[in-house]
Amino acid sequence: MFDAQPLSPPIVVTPEQESAKPLFDRVHEWIVTVDHKRLGLMYFCYGIVFLVIGGIEASIMRAQLAVANNHLVSPETFNRMFTMHGTTMIFFAAMPIVFGFANYFMPLMVGARDMAFPRLNAWSFWMSALGGIILYFSFIGGSGLYGVGSAPDVGWFAYAPLTSRAFSVGHSTDYWIIGILVSGFGSIGTALNVLTTMLTMRCPGMTLKRMPLFAWMNGVMAVLVLVALGPLTAAQLMLLIDRYLGGHFFDTQAGGSAVIWMHFFWIFGHPEVYILVLPAFAIVSEVIPVFSRKPIFGYSVMVAATVTIAFISLGVWAHHMFTVGMTSYANAFFVASTAAIAVPTGIKIFNWLGTMWGGKIRFAVPMLFCIAFLGQFLIAGLTGIMLAAAPFDWQLANSYFVIAHFHYVILGGIVFAVFAGSYYWYPKVIGRMLDENLGKWHFWLFLIGFHLTFDFMHIPGLLGMPRRIYTYEPARGWDIWNLIVSIGVIFQVAGVAVWAFNVVWSYFKGRVAGNDPWDAWTLEWSTSSPPPVYNFATLPVVHSRRPLWDLKHPEDPDWKYE
Amino acid sequence: MHRLGCSLSTRATLAIISICATKVASAGSLLSPQTNIFSPVSTPAHEIYHLSLFVLAICAAIFVVVFSLIVYAVVKYRLRPLDDGREPPQIYGSNQVEIAWTVIPILIVVVLFLAAARVIHAVQDAQFPPSALEVTAVGHQFWWEFRYQGYGFITANELHVPVSETGHPIPTHITLLSADVAHSFWVPRLAGKTDLIPNRRNEMWIDPHVAGTYVGQCAQYCGTEHAKMLLTVDVESREDFERWVQAQKSAAAVSDQVAAGRQIFETTACVNCHTITGTAANGKFGPDLTHLMSRKTIAAGVVENTEENLRLWVTSPDAIKPGALMPAMQLPKQDIDSLVAYLMSLH
Repeated sequence: MFDAQPLSPPIVVTPEQESAKPLFDRVHEWIVTVDHKRLGLMYFCYGIVFLVIGGIEASIMRAQLAVANNHLVSPETFNRMFTMHGTTMIFFAAMPIVFGFANYFMPLMVGARDMAFPRLNAWSFWMSALGGIILYFSFIGGSGLYGVGSAPDVGWFAYAPLTSRAFSVGHSTDYWIIGILVSGFGSIGTALNVLTTMLTMRCPGMTLKRMPLFAWMNGVMAVLVLVALGPLTAAQLMLLIDRYLGGHFFDTQAGGSAVIWMHFFWIFGHPEVYILVLPAFAIVSEVIPVFSRKPIFGYSVMVAATVTIAFISLGVWAHHMFTVGMTSYANAFFVASTAAIAVPTGIKIFNWLGTMWGGKIRFAVPMLFCIAFLGQFLIAGLTGIMLAAAPFDWQLANSYFVIAHFHYVILGGIVFAVFAGSYYWYPKVIGRMLDENLGKWHFWLFLIGFHLTFDFMHIPGLLGMPRRIYTYEPARGWDIWNLIVSIGVIFQVAGVAVWAFNVVWSYFKGRVAGNDPWDAWTLEWSTSSPPPVYNFATLPVVHSRRPLWDLKHPEDPDWKYE
Repeated sequence: MHRLGCSLSTRATLAIISICATKVASAGSLLSPQTNIFSPVSTPAHEIYHLSLFVLAICAAIFVVVFSLIVYAVVKYRLRPLDDGREPPQIYGSNQVEIAWTVIPILIVVVLFLAAARVIHAVQDAQFPPSALEVTAVGHQFWWEFRYQGYGFITANELHVPVSETGHPIPTHITLLSADVAHSFWVPRLAGKTDLIPNRRNEMWIDPHVAGTYVGQCAQYCGTEHAKMLLTVDVESREDFERWVQAQKSAAAVSDQVAAGRQIFETTACVNCHTITGTAANGKFGPDLTHLMSRKTIAAGVVENTEENLRLWVTSPDAIKPGALMPAMQLPKQDIDSLVAYLMSLH
């Protein structure tokens, strides 16, 4: 593969004899580290562990629902499974994974040696980690409603007043509140860090207009975290006050309002979707140009669309509440704002398409995942349009159609992008390539599993199957669809297992990557793989959005056209 | 009613989905539980159905265009085996194209908004004729209370309403309340769902034009037995409905043959939660049992209302609905026999 002239020659240092150190020292180094790369990697691994746990919970649910009238698990267990699955996947799998990418690559891509606040970075990671541990301790410590070995069972959006002490006795709901509260502090810290890094740590020559889209999108994500986590934190505190200090915010028996909780939760909850999906867009916006051999189409429009999405996403939350009896005017407003967000999102899809158009597309594994992402995100957007039409939502809300829709966004969009990113950057992080053949097995297995599960999941929704039911009668006509949906899970699990094997195998046996295995253009590929602790020996100086293109094509550099 | 206009292809697709669904759903059952949202029999569900066809048509068209473009780009611009190894022309963007794919979606969004707003207005701001039937539905963990305030009786889980004919409309206006946590009233063939939220008054309406029994269930997670919180709406001719109302208004049946069972009912914990008019039982936590035997199911649509099931329900509710708030009655077998005999007399 093509190895670019490094922008700055790495300093030759005596290689550390890592393996010679005692295990304790090596573990200790990771625990006390403030290096953005180690923290990024730890965020990622932490997220993957919870992704597996959340996946196991989902598999238990799918096994239960595979056939009608199943008695595999009790209703209590099923209710805990969907509560823990949702909470885990959003707060302890998806967020740490996207933060991991931002942490690792934001400094490398803007030509910095670390994040703006390395120690805040470490603190944020450990707060998030603590949050997850608190939540899962509930399995042991949360005795209450159903005795020893309980876990939260109020649903991941925990509607009041089911969370009040009258209906949720014991402590499982408290673990849920405090776990999310604590990890929220970590999220706010990381968001501050990502945003500050983007604004203040860029290398000489890198104006905002020359920043990779990855940096832009993660920066905008950070703004959304700062705005959206506040209401969630406030709501959790109010709920705690209700539960233990005699407050009545959500206590309907004493005149409190259940609807206020919904507003608080969703004014966080909807921006949260974009908090997760903007980093996915960020990955796709890096991978598609490199594998199409063209610069991103309409860079400024992409930036504008990102900012517009973030802005509009703050004003759409009540589309989760079309059935709570808002006035017709309020419903109409949220139809308009929700449908409006399709415009900048559509612009993004068109620009990615425009980037591929006229290129020379290499079907390496990262690109395969991105192409699947494009098609699936398109469908997710279109079912989103259907749900945005409030009357249609009156039928579809809280049905399996909604579950299918948002899993299309989160799996079909975000997880596919994360897999793309893992194949794309693994060589940079580890120094070895992930195996392409195993990668293709992973891709096809996961693609088939995804479509078996989530394409067919729309249908029981249209046939009136509500979410969060632990069983159903055979006569309802939902069984065949649920069986297909559950079978898809097997393929998804197989795909992820191949990926996990690939990650471990390639760590030892993978082909050595070199600095720039994909012939890419952004700054992270100018340093060694893995990058040294200081990232760049001398800070790079850039003149365009694609500094490595300029180096590789001195006869036709980008800066002439920008 | 197809004035919104939708492509043939969408209708064909929908027809296929509906047929598949109906085929599977008609496998024979307790309650003919058809809950396909694409087979409406009441105006709100009809309005939604037509809007959904329109939205589906637009989305299908967008999907076909954009997905074809993606496939075309992937096939046409793939790296060929005999590539010369040179980079393709570097294109940075185009303002004309950007404007085109911004303006066209904006126009689509405006059209979708107007279509949705029309249906929101038609359903939410509807005016009711004085003939409308007023019912209050109260959500409980995990069953439905229906109060016919105009007639002065209360029943559970099986809502009876008259057919609403075009020339003689009798819409049913339902006030939605909750006694404990949030629930959601969803009978897909009659209307979209509306939540029942404690300390809040919501409303919805239906005007079914075809007699029949329509199944629905709670669509907002409300606790352990959320899955088994079903309801039916029995749509009857006006004469049948009037007959049913008269029967419900009458006092509970009294018979000396079951006096023993009645005495057990009145002297055990039953009275804390259940009401039977004309007896000492006036509890409010559980369903009104005055005309228990007029209902086809017990435990909120979970099992048929038979002697065997009643006995099981009274002695071990967890066998039918684990987590239900009904306690298991620890009574001698003989007392259970009398109690069930009494319950069976409540026509």
